[in-house]
Amino acid sequence: MTDAPLLRARGVTRAFDRLVACRNVSLELWPGEVLGIVGESGSGKTTLLRCLAGELVPTTGTVEFRTLENGLEDVHRMGEARRRFLMRTQWGVVHQNARDGLRMRVSAGGNVGERLMAAGARHYGRIRSEALAWLDRVELDRSRIDELPGLFSGGMQQRLQIARILVSKPRLVFLDEPTGGLDVSVQARLLDLLRRLTRDLGLAVIIVTHDLGVARLLTHRLMVMRQGRVVEEGLTDQVLDDPHDAYTQLLVASVIGA
Amino acid sequence: MYVAVKGGERAIANAERLVAEERRGDPAVPELSLVQIGEQLTLAVDRVMGEGALYDPALAALAIKQARGDLIEAIFLLRAYRTTLPRLGDAQPMDTAAMLMERRISATFKDVPGGQVLGPTFDYTHRLLDFDLAGTAAQAEPVETAAVDAASMIPRVADLLGREGLIEPPPAARSDDVPDLTQAPLGFPTPRALRLQNLARGDEGFLLALGYSTQRGYGSTHPFAGEIRMGTVSVEYVPPELGFAIEIAEITVTECDMVNQFKGSSETPPQFTRGYGLVFGRSERKAMAMALVDRALRARELGEESGAPAQDEEFVLSHSDNVEASGFVQHLKLPHYVDFQSELTMVREMRAEWERAQSRPSTEAAE
Amino acid sequence: MGARGNGLPSQPFNFAYLDEQTKKMIRRAILKAIAVPGHQVPFASREMPLPYGWGTGGIQVTAAILGADDTLKVIDQGADDTTNAVNIRRLFAKTAGVRTTTHTVEATVIQSRHRIPETPLREGQIMVFQVPIPEPLRWLEPRESETLKLHALADYGLMQVHLYEDVATHGRIAKSYDYPVMVHGRYLASPSPIPKFDNPKLDRNPALLLFGAGREKRIYAIPPYTEVKSLDFEDHPFTVERWDRPCALCGAVDSFLDEVITDDQGGRMFVCSDSDYCETRRTEVPDAADD
Repeated sequence: MTDAPLLRARGVTRAFDRLVACRNVSLELWPGEVLGIVGESGSGKTTLLRCLAGELVPTTGTVEFRTLENGLEDVHRMGEARRRFLMRTQWGVVHQNARDGLRMRVSAGGNVGERLMAAGARHYGRIRSEALAWLDRVELDRSRIDELPGLFSGGMQQRLQIARILVSKPRLVFLDEPTGGLDVSVQARLLDLLRRLTRDLGLAVIIVTHDLGVARLLTHRLMVMRQGRVVEEGLTDQVLDDPHDAYTQLLVASVIGA
Repeated sequence: MYVAVKGGERAIANAERLVAEERRGDPAVPELSLVQIGEQLTLAVDRVMGEGALYDPALAALAIKQARGDLIEAIFLLRAYRTTLPRLGDAQPMDTAAMLMERRISATFKDVPGGQVLGPTFDYTHRLLDFDLAGTAAQAEPVETAAVDAASMIPRVADLLGREGLIEPPPAARSDDVPDLTQAPLGFPTPRALRLQNLARGDEGFLLALGYSTQRGYGSTHPFAGEIRMGTVSVEYVPPELGFAIEIAEITVTECDMVNQFKGSSETPPQFTRGYGLVFGRSERKAMAMALVDRALRARELGEESGAPAQDEEFVLSHSDNVEASGFVQHLKLPHYVDFQSELTMVREMRAEWERAQSRPSTEAAE
Repeated sequence: MGARGNGLPSQPFNFAYLDEQTKKMIRRAILKAIAVPGHQVPFASREMPLPYGWGTGGIQVTAAILGADDTLKVIDQGADDTTNAVNIRRLFAKTAGVRTTTHTVEATVIQSRHRIPETPLREGQIMVFQVPIPEPLRWLEPRESETLKLHALADYGLMQVHLYEDVATHGRIAKSYDYPVMVHGRYLASPSPIPKFDNPKLDRNPALLLFGAGREKRIYAIPPYTEVKSLDFEDHPFTVERWDRPCALCGAVDSFLDEVITDDQGGRMFVCSDSDYCETRRTEVPDAADD
């Protein structure tokens, strides 16, 4: 165990022309932690996630990830080859819209096996059995391995995204509104799965959500964002049970059973 | 006994003789002369020069005659000829503001300095077949043309708007280091100069359809025809030995300035934006389509939503050249029987496997 | 200006049609291509007297390397007498006056569309392939801007996924021609639409292999003795086409055979696609096959 965090962001700011989507955000994440970033739409949380995940370059500020090989590396100053390599091995993003996180014209098995093949796996039988094993782990029917993702329900597409990423044994997973657009019962099952996986695999997770119930269920720590800024942060239970900031109080009060 | 097909050489030679016969048609009918084509099918000559990317009306007329009127084939002939010509250098930027205008119109203002000069246009003709043209008519009376004052420079409509800051300024003029489409293959993203070069020689039908699509909602740009000018301009060149510019040609061009959807930003107040088209000769429809597509392709740089076909740079620029398109589409006529044989072999094997699998009692499930 | 006195120029052509500047530009691209085996080098392709899609890339490469002492062979579908091969040979006869041949062993430069000759090539020979689509990832990713990145990063997972899908759907890799290869362990390349039967000939071939795509404006190369490996899975290895009978004319059992329909009842016979190979075998062993 080292004392450097797995992910460190310092003063991350991202502007689009005159609109500052997120402003001066700093955070640290350690292995095994689940961090929630909550806020309403327009709060800047998705922009922040994209900066942290290497998809968007911050206007100012740095994002560092502790790689297996080299310790803390600056995600946006490393070369594109290195960043793309890390994005598909040591971390991953489960996108809100499955179409952004899956190859829709490739079968479920192909989607799950891709990271293995990109890393050099060349035995069809072994790739396929590993894909099947992961479909089991995310509770997808293994007989559907050759179907296209378009035939899967929303909840199943989320699970498929999760399998596709976890197959490379990443240490950090980003989830962007993982339960958005899903039935309540489907949400509950997905959250169950996520909780189990993060515990069993010792993953660090960052969840972006507007749903305080999801935050309560899954996260250890919480950051509340409003209009691009972090207005409150702390242990999840503390923030939700005893919010200090006026906006957080409003947010909590407006949700039944948060 | 099978004998392999031979005689390809003779077949080709005979095909060439047949083409020559068909091209000439009935020997009793007078042969078309290049002068006739140049004088009476001028717009065809203009199109061939524009898309052939070579300004030479006589050669274009020859190409049209050789191609039996197939303009895309004529364009190919001219481009292939262009390949054999040595490159001497780059001309000075043409000053279309100094154009000796035959035609000049603007849809944005009722009247403008310099006036609205219709020139020779089909625009207001009634599209009724004129059977009087079927015969060769007697000499017509010369037409009264407006006295266009050659000495005075007629201001562009865009510049008039520009004086009030109402339209974005034109891109800064540069004569050094202008990229050349014919010297290096296209890369993406493409600078505007190369996009315009690509569009200038692009197929008129393709650009017309894309321009039309922007008017129907596929990436609309709210265009107004700010100005269309058609006339002669001088082409100047600075020979290294002389060090000053000399006029090497006078050519006819058509230029179109489209005035488009306004846009502002944190640094500038709202302004109209520009689309530009420039072609050899009088190919006005092409110049207008080019201006519409030019503006559509600027969507990314102007920070607009882009997803319509006319805004897709790689799609538009990769498929605009009818010489390339015609070649590749027609290449399907070439023999492909070896590859087909490979496919046949594979499909037969797969069918055999399928038969074997059907006759086997089913054991496992999906694996 | 004109010899015809009608304002039109006369038309002399430089040796092999292209002017020396253009040849220099193409040679530079060829040298770059040889220096980085399998990497597609962009070049400013010219319009040629044949249409794009009909071999202009191969023609430009051949024109750039041809010398007065060369002997040129041109084949299409393996045969010297298919109309396209005849046409291209005519072009070079007209504009270069070089010696031409139908015999693989005599040629110093062989331009080919869609086949590699059965007769093994030797050091000092150059093979020029006509390529329609040089980008092996084109059908998986239409954007050039993206495929450029994938090549630069050696990010070829997409192609392996495509092969996985083939096996999952058809039980086998379903590519029979233009079968993708890894050149020198680094670049994914298209061998041009040769049947996969010919792929093994690419590996460590003693000749220089040049690939020209005129319409797409790319040149690439496989230098002599370069390792070329066809993609596959360990448990679904690369295999070539086989026939259950020999060539009906010469009896060869190791060549690619064309299927020829001989009558209305679907009667067929199989003959060597490589016309030179077949003819040579027949003249050396006149009774090679009875039929």
